[in-house]
Amino acid sequence: MIEPAGVVVVGGGPAGLSCAIELRRLGIDRVVVLEREPEAGGTPRHTHHIGFGIRDLHRVVDGPGYARRYTDLARRSGVEIRTETTAIGWDGPTRLAVTGPGRIQDISGAAVVLATGCRERPRAARLVPGDRPQGVLTTGQLQQLAFLYNLPIGNRAVIVGAEHVSFSAVHTLIRAGTQVAAMVTEQSRHQSFAPLKWATTGRHRVPVITRARVARIVGKRRVEAVEIAAMDGTHPMTIACDTVVFTGDWIPDHELAAAGGLAIDSGTRGPAIDHLQRTSKPGVFAAGNLLHGAETADRAALCGSFVAAAVCSFIDTGDWRLDTVPVEVEDPIAWATPNAVPSRPAAVPHGALILRVNRVLARPRFLVTQGDRLLHERRRWEVVPGRSIHLGVSWLDRLDPVGGAIRIGVA
Amino acid sequence: MTDRSFDVAVIGAGVVGCAIARELARHQIEVVVVEAGADVGIGTSKANTALLHTGFDAKSGSLEAALVTRGHAMLLSYAREANIPVEVVGALMIAWSNADLAAFQRIVQNSMANGYTAIRRIGVDELYRREPRLGRGAKGALEVPDEGIICPFTTPLALVTQAVVNGATLLLGTPVESIRDSNGTHQLVSGNRVVRARHVVNAAGLYSDTIDRMFGGESFTVRPRRGELIVFDKLARPLISHILLPVPSATTKGVLVAPTVFGNVLLGPTAEEVDDKTATESTDAGVQSLFDKGSHIVPALVGNEITAVYAGLRAATDHNDYQIASNPSKRYVCVGGIRSTGLSASMAIAEHVRDLLVEANLELVPKASFEAVRMPTIGEAAERPYRDSEMVSKCPDYGRIVCHCERVSVREIVDALRSPVPARDLDGLGRRTRAQLGRCQSFYCGARVAALFAEHSARTAEKVLGLARE
Repeated sequence: MIEPAGVVVVGGGPAGLSCAIELRRLGIDRVVVLEREPEAGGTPRHTHHIGFGIRDLHRVVDGPGYARRYTDLARRSGVEIRTETTAIGWDGPTRLAVTGPGRIQDISGAAVVLATGCRERPRAARLVPGDRPQGVLTTGQLQQLAFLYNLPIGNRAVIVGAEHVSFSAVHTLIRAGTQVAAMVTEQSRHQSFAPLKWATTGRHRVPVITRARVARIVGKRRVEAVEIAAMDGTHPMTIACDTVVFTGDWIPDHELAAAGGLAIDSGTRGPAIDHLQRTSKPGVFAAGNLLHGAETADRAALCGSFVAAAVCSFIDTGDWRLDTVPVEVEDPIAWATPNAVPSRPAAVPHGALILRVNRVLARPRFLVTQGDRLLHERRRWEVVPGRSIHLGVSWLDRLDPVGGAIRIGVA
Repeated sequence: MTDRSFDVAVIGAGVVGCAIARELARHQIEVVVVEAGADVGIGTSKANTALLHTGFDAKSGSLEAALVTRGHAMLLSYAREANIPVEVVGALMIAWSNADLAAFQRIVQNSMANGYTAIRRIGVDELYRREPRLGRGAKGALEVPDEGIICPFTTPLALVTQAVVNGATLLLGTPVESIRDSNGTHQLVSGNRVVRARHVVNAAGLYSDTIDRMFGGESFTVRPRRGELIVFDKLARPLISHILLPVPSATTKGVLVAPTVFGNVLLGPTAEEVDDKTATESTDAGVQSLFDKGSHIVPALVGNEITAVYAGLRAATDHNDYQIASNPSKRYVCVGGIRSTGLSASMAIAEHVRDLLVEANLELVPKASFEAVRMPTIGEAAERPYRDSEMVSKCPDYGRIVCHCERVSVREIVDALRSPVPARDLDGLGRRTRAQLGRCQSFYCGARVAALFAEHSARTAEKVLGLARE
């Protein structure tokens, strides 16, 4: 059985829901959101701190409140949200095989929007050696244990990473009554905002160990300790704990995109997209943290609503012409999004190129070039990994439409 | 409960002990399996390369060669009957040097002597046509079309489940500390529990030498050899079609690249002698050495995401062959030195042990009926429940996917907690269902799976999460 839909949105987090709401506002009928979890709302469902909704809802709420608000807005807009429903594969260019409670079926849309989000790289993928006991978590799992299922965490934890989400993990642990023994980062400094650091590790006197890594996990049934080694190989130390939380180091949940044969960008590891968030496959768009792991929820949501106009235009005209120039990056830039810009000035998502770097850089100069032409230069005081750099696109009018890829580098 | 006296006690519920228990449970005798660990198949049996060997490379004339050859046929047919994930993908043993090429003649002769005649040489062109992602520099290969991959978790589970549903007793968490012989009955002591049995089969794997000492044996010592393995993301699966073997050296079979029945790609194992029988941790050096080798065998592999790194211990001994011996006067059979081929040989070892027990005057009369088992489908080659319209429409909970990476449904988790040999911890649940064993390693599903476990078992959340003692 094939069920027809206007647009199928895969993923009911901030990006997917805001996209669906905007599609309804633009007059698309039968907008179906496939959400594989029991509730829509995405990661904010289990992120119990304040600071959500600033850029998109123009108010400040906590994560669960934000998730509820989007879910309600979507339902009121006539979006059909199917929970515990998973897109398991592709049966056509814009047709998905779907499994849900009691039913396996195909659903076909005039367009598909992938908004499957991102996850943190777990311990194994980071090649941290040692035993494999219970108690080795990611922030996502930690927050769900604490807030969605009200399950016990542990008595004493070590946090791996020192970016925004790492401090969110500290917050969660402290609320759950777990002592935080230390935070460990390979970088030379933490990568979050000073006030956030102050409110968590500062206030609760959690030491932040920089230029160090977890060299080994010890414990058979449950974690008993971690061994910390400095990046230069000196001063190994052992910290007794029953919980280790691996934070940040985001990777897009791109398996459905890969299964559909979409081109994957080697930097973001999400589907390669142009400024209209079109993927390499006609009719398939992408939005949210599948494209940039991880931006804040409000930015993901804005990315979701931005794509709706291009989706509508494709449905109306069937036009999928590419009039773009590819974007390439050079080390120490880890990735940039979008992966292609318009060859003539036009709006881009977030009004800027978003970049991430591999390491802490002091006073970098970002250079945008096309061939040997310098299009744009921008200085920054300091940039850190795990935090986005927004590069304005005022230089788009100087682009040579047939001049080849633009390159972004650091001098 | 243990005042009861058994005809045979099998010590150890690894794949070999489970196979022996199943073989004995076909007969009108009382069988008990006594296992130190919290689950079956959690020693050497769970952390290996998961290959179903033909025995082509086992030393001809050895007991190992005979049992692996027979065991291959038996387990292949049993896997199909019991729904154990198995795929006969074939192996290519690759020559990377002229010395490797020169070794082929001896390997082919050995294979022929073992009765495996389908082995054949293939040239470089055919090799790269069949494995285009293979690293440059290969000089040729031997094709072994019947080598397969099998699920190392489901195999012991299926065997022991069939033993249990046909009347065998399984005692988990029962380490044998001493053995007394009183009036023709062995008394196996574990804490304040005593298990009585007329015959004892020692299938204790890494600890088989310890048990053997309790019977006065001194013929072998287990020298654990650690093997570390890397499991790559399922997106890497299309990179290879066969098991890619190196030419073995005098000391090791070397590092291989193989698909898994779950659709991942495996790289390993290392081979490192360790003193500690619990040293199952992975190491920086081990993982690095695998990366170096892997980048040579299939260069594209090492750019892929890694789903898991694990290490297992092989129960190697000073001997080059299995150490299976019967002592009829003590009513004792020792099954020691079962090396990395134990999974493949397990069912043939069980037959062999059965015959040894008969020679030691154990009377075996077949039961009138022997109930079959069908294990849940967890391999990628078969139709998993989330793709099975009939299952999902009959029971909606098979359509409610909890573990998204491995696509495990609510109902499969509940099934595993209610099966004849139920999961007792999250690791056991993973081995039975795949839950939490995928690429996100519990980022998405960890909390919900733990909650479901606590809800559908007698265990508290603290116990499930390893925060309280059993």
